[in-house]
Amino acid sequence: MSKADKALLNQKSGVSPAVALFAGWLVPGAGHLLIRKPIRALLLFVSIVAMFSIGIALEGKVYTPNTGDLLDILGFAGDLGSGVLYILARVFDLGHSSVQIAIADYGTKFIVVAGLLNIVSAVDAHSLASGRKLS
Amino acid sequence: MTVTHFGAVLLFAFFTSIVFGITQRSEPKMMIRFGAFCFALFVFGTIAASWGMWAIKH
Repeated sequence: MSKADKALLNQKSGVSPAVALFAGWLVPGAGHLLIRKPIRALLLFVSIVAMFSIGIALEGKVYTPNTGDLLDILGFAGDLGSGVLYILARVFDLGHSSVQIAIADYGTKFIVVAGLLNIVSAVDAHSLASGRKLS
Repeated sequence: MTVTHFGAVLLFAFFTSIVFGITQRSEPKMMIRFGAFCFALFVFGTIAASWGMWAIKH
């Protein structure tokens, strides 16, 4: 199959790139699932959810908006990348509002990086849906 | 949950490398190779940086 055929096949999945991007952000791996890449979707989902869960288990900090601290704002932006995971963490009051033990700092980074990785995977789903990435 | 520092490095490197492999390469074979490369870079980079910090202190 040529590169042009692969790009055409992705575009023929019938999913708008914006929808793939939004779904991928909201639920890790959902963007890839929509464009019929189920194995990639599963691997992304497991990886990102595991990173987020380990962060919570290590008593990492879940950032909140409007604290006024620049680093907190950046942390919040990273956390928000996790989509529904961040919403669940806030709704069920998971994680801690401040780092209380040394290992919790690792947990905080796990949570932020899970969000950033989810953004990377959502953008990848967008690129696949738009045909910019071939396969 | 408690985890050693090195355990945290391995977990972080493992899951991050999976995402990097899938998103940064197009072919499955290249994804695995790039993921393994990222994993090795994370782990050995951390070990090298740790020894570097030890050397600075001593």
